[in-house]
Amino acid sequence: MTTSVKFIGAVLPNDEVTDVVVTGGRISAMGPGLNHIEGEVVDVTGLRLLPGLVDLHTHLREPGFESSETVLTGTQAAAVGGFTTVFAMANTLPVADTTSVVELVWRRGIEAGYATVRPVGAVTVGLEGQALADLASMASSRANVRVFSDDGKCVFDPLLMRRALEYVKAFDGVIAQHAQEPRLTLRSQMNEGLVSARLGLAGWPRVAEEIIIARDILLAEETGSRLHVCHLSTAGSVEIVRSAKARGVRVTAEVTPHHLLLTEESALDYDARFKVNPPLRTDEDVHAVRAGLADGTVDIVATDHAPHPIENKDCEWSDAAFGMVGLESALSIVNMTMVQSGLMSWNDVARVMSTAPAHIGGVANTAGTLEVGRPADLVFVDERVLRSFGVEDLAGLSKNSPFLGLELPGKVVHTMRHGYFTVRDGSLVDQRVIATFAREDTIGFDERG
Amino acid sequence: MTARNVLQATDIQRALTRISHEILESNRGASGLVILGIPTRGVVLAERIAEIISGIEPGVDVPVGALDVTMYRDDLATSPTRSSSPTRIPGGIEDSTVILVDDVLYSGRTVRAALDALTDLGRPRVVRLAVLVDRGHRELPIRADYVGKNLPTSHAERINVCLVETDGNDLIQIAGE
Amino acid sequence: MQHLLSAADLDRDTSIALLDLAEDMAETADRPHKKLPTLRGRSIVNLFFEDSTRTRISFESAEKRLSADVINFSAKGSSVSKGESLKDSAQTLAAMGVDAVVIRHGSSGAPYLLAHRGWIDVPVVNAGDGTHEHPTQALLDAFTLRRRIHQTASRGRDLAGVRVAIVGDVLHSRVARSNAWLLTTLGADVTFVAPPTLLPAQRDAFPVSMETNLDEVLRSSPDAVMMLRIQKERIHGAFFPHEREYTRIWGLTAQRFQALPQKTLVMHPGPMNRGLEICSEAADSAASTVLEQVANGVFVRMAVLFAVLTGKEDL
Repeated sequence: MTTSVKFIGAVLPNDEVTDVVVTGGRISAMGPGLNHIEGEVVDVTGLRLLPGLVDLHTHLREPGFESSETVLTGTQAAAVGGFTTVFAMANTLPVADTTSVVELVWRRGIEAGYATVRPVGAVTVGLEGQALADLASMASSRANVRVFSDDGKCVFDPLLMRRALEYVKAFDGVIAQHAQEPRLTLRSQMNEGLVSARLGLAGWPRVAEEIIIARDILLAEETGSRLHVCHLSTAGSVEIVRSAKARGVRVTAEVTPHHLLLTEESALDYDARFKVNPPLRTDEDVHAVRAGLADGTVDIVATDHAPHPIENKDCEWSDAAFGMVGLESALSIVNMTMVQSGLMSWNDVARVMSTAPAHIGGVANTAGTLEVGRPADLVFVDERVLRSFGVEDLAGLSKNSPFLGLELPGKVVHTMRHGYFTVRDGSLVDQRVIATFAREDTIGFDERG
Repeated sequence: MTARNVLQATDIQRALTRISHEILESNRGASGLVILGIPTRGVVLAERIAEIISGIEPGVDVPVGALDVTMYRDDLATSPTRSSSPTRIPGGIEDSTVILVDDVLYSGRTVRAALDALTDLGRPRVVRLAVLVDRGHRELPIRADYVGKNLPTSHAERINVCLVETDGNDLIQIAGE
Repeated sequence: MQHLLSAADLDRDTSIALLDLAEDMAETADRPHKKLPTLRGRSIVNLFFEDSTRTRISFESAEKRLSADVINFSAKGSSVSKGESLKDSAQTLAAMGVDAVVIRHGSSGAPYLLAHRGWIDVPVVNAGDGTHEHPTQALLDAFTLRRRIHQTASRGRDLAGVRVAIVGDVLHSRVARSNAWLLTTLGADVTFVAPPTLLPAQRDAFPVSMETNLDEVLRSSPDAVMMLRIQKERIHGAFFPHEREYTRIWGLTAQRFQALPQKTLVMHPGPMNRGLEICSEAADSAASTVLEQVANGVFVRMAVLFAVLTGKEDL
């Protein structure tokens, strides 16, 4: 884009009011009183400006499960939620355990153009947990993979986990673990507790998550590696991470929006929209993860956006798939649970939803910060508006959201990626328009994060 | 809602006494009689009739019992659920003269249900019906053999029957609109 | 009462009313003509996703004795095909026009979905769902207990002060759960007895006491001992080492049975593993209520069907 766009009157995360000028896909100027500069004016008075959100944990389902979601529809959902970068998990079909699959996903992301898609590579071949996948090849491929995860499944073998942690040090990679001891959670359906006993559903004990996190932290400490804990859900897990950080282990952790709000009580109606892995826990756990996010023990919020077709949710609980979509609602949920409750400021939100995930994902050079010279990945939010969240607010292919019918605060007004709008005035920009901008995008993938 | 008394305690007792005599007269005595009341107040009346009969024909103990008809009603799907009562038939009804007793005869449907219930229990030689009040408006071809009092009423009116054993006093009222 | 989905939903008055209704139904058993015309013209579907000849036959007997039309819909899939979804089965039945559904399903919560999702709009009776509940079983167990204890004076009575020990694989037993709710609602004192691995993880999940020592519980002279069937698959989950140890420590062996006071009732929902959780001597004794439970099951189910299919107000 050769013409400039200037945003007038935005509120920064630190509450200062500023103008932002975007030229050639980058932030060319930032500060108060820039109205005199040439460019198309966009009035954003009163809107909160955040760096484009970065989701370290999304399931785009392509290749293999295109009836649930595709890279195109998933990144559209991301844009609507204010995300400009998403890390796509590897549990596709075929699994993203080779260069060819990660490059396929990477290319699809570029073609779609709505968000930067960073493929996550599998840790083990086929997610079977038996043999290491082509970690170094994926890292040096055009997809430039730095985050590796068997998410969906746990790397349960301690020897393999240790090997993987050591191996990725060669290219500053990070293993993101889905902590779930498989033998303790055979056929588990929901949190093990009073509700599961009452409903007659097999329990998923907290200790099955905590055991793996504790083990992996000790391994990472031993090998001097980075470790990332996916979607932690229990008070015990927060405690374990807290003491590990205190003694200097390079561990980071994420929490999902739904674990910041919902508890196991949601399952009382046997409504499988609330079936998720790890399961919704108790009030005590919700308070602990909120406190953990506020004090930095939990580094980031990641959506674990998991699309599923209707028939896999509109059925008996034990037959239903695990997972919830979350890209479109994430920012509102964080607003509601953390900002409105006074636990966090918007500065903190920018940190946990953009800066920190960019850092962990190895893309800090190009994402997560508002600074002159950086690619213009921006999101403008009307934080005051209260909206009834409905199916029409979901932009992905699947509609399995646990938040339907809730009154949610805040709505994304504009999302800009690499200097072009992906969402404008609250509406998703048309695919053909985006495809054109994507083709002309000069920033691309060439900047190594 | 106005209510006027139509039968007091003594009227009720006289009516039951007359009915008891009529039963004995048409049956030529007490032999073969089985008196079955339809719950709840029909059972009370049946027991009173049996007692009166024992007073008239000493040394005679007429079998008296209860016949619950809830399971045989034709309005189960549309009316509020009723709880049922036990059915007690002392000694069976084969070949006997069954006197069905109820407090009020109205559409005739309760009696129809009672006849169906009887059929499932055995085969009496003859079945007769005794009611304390006949208020008219039959919906089925059913008539009572022994009637305490005929009380023509409109559909909008209600007959309230009180008996000492169930309600604390003996009284029959018509309640208007 | 619109649906019967769980014993936990039944309050004391409704429970007693159902048991009293069952007494009326029981009276018909002595007649030459056992049928009642009560549900004539109504069609009831036995929607069974799980094999269960005993329960299905019991419901079918109950339905036929009330002169209802019975449709048996065996929705169980095979090893080859999963079978129709619950939603599709329900909508198919709705399209065919049935008056009530009795459902038995392997997934906890399936009857709840059937009753509340709007796929079908008829009364739903839970004939057993996963490891959640089996309310008619609890009702027939309560009915059996009440009759044995209060005899002809059972009508209107509850089970206040009656002490019941439920022994066995409580963790996976919907019968244990439903009984825990219903018997307690009726005033009984219920104790679960099992190895720690087969008791619910949460001690306060149910309004009952939980013990692991069977001999101690038996020494306290409970009024009834309900033995639950042990499934051999549990050995694979390492819930206990092997059957012989289970029987030795938690089985109603001949020795334990003989030590019981004569008045102690021995109950079992069936089918029994003779020699495993219950000895033949106990199963065949005068104290055993096993066969009565089966007979009473028909009466209780007649009462339940009557209650959900007639009347517009609550029972």
